[in-house]
Amino acid sequence: MSITVRYFASVRERLGAQESVELAELASPTVGALLTWLQARSAEHARVLDVDRGLRMACNQALCEADEPLSDGDEVAFFPPVTGG
Amino acid sequence: MGKASLTRSAFTHEQALACVRVSPEDFDLGAEVAALRAGDLGVGAVVSFVGTVREWQEAAVADPAAVMELEHYPGMTERSIAELIAQASQRFDVRGVRVIHRVGPLSIGEQIVLVVVTSAHRQQAFDCAAFLMDWLKTRAPFWKKEIAGLEARWVDARESDEAAARRWHQARDEEGAA
Repeated sequence: MSITVRYFASVRERLGAQESVELAELASPTVGALLTWLQARSAEHARVLDVDRGLRMACNQALCEADEPLSDGDEVAFFPPVTGG
Repeated sequence: MGKASLTRSAFTHEQALACVRVSPEDFDLGAEVAALRAGDLGVGAVVSFVGTVREWQEAAVADPAAVMELEHYPGMTERSIAELIAQASQRFDVRGVRVIHRVGPLSIGEQIVLVVVTSAHRQQAFDCAAFLMDWLKTRAPFWKKEIAGLEARWVDARESDEAAARRWHQARDEEGAA
């Protein structure tokens, strides 16, 4: 089992729609630790996954913060601020 | 489609989910209003909001065939709107709610979003519809991309939309203090 990471909108265009990360690779089982791990994956990841530019995160399809705990099989998504309506 | 009983009662998540449709399909305001009112004699007010694709600068100059592409997060979109409807049904005395949001490519002038609220009296319906739209714009995972000619641009989130959503927190705090 692992964590499924999904990207949307401008983040998806630059990193692809989806990737998989082993929970055991993370420093701690949280969305914030997952983000840190992903940012270290490539220079492009670090540029795109930028919290200072309003990056939003969701765990199992609900908006969350970086301290959200993770379990095997969870689905985490990263995306820019939403612009619907 | 959500229908409250004669007395005020909050919608369950399943009831709220049944009020929501996210799809590329267009909608008919009259038909949606008629369906929401059907058989509910306690309705004294119907408020509806329709959002449409407005012409933007590059489209006006460069490309009459410009489109607005609506991306979303299937599953989370429906759940997050249902969550907003459930919250709204606790806060406002409403009888029925319908929310439709389109996705995919939309031309200028096309309908994007519909919110219909029925209630016994007008103020609750007005407020509930405004609450739903303000929160949908800042919480539901949709993203707009403007495509005109060879130019494609993701629409930026607006601080004024965040401010519009925040004022409901403020209103709630004031209600609590009163």
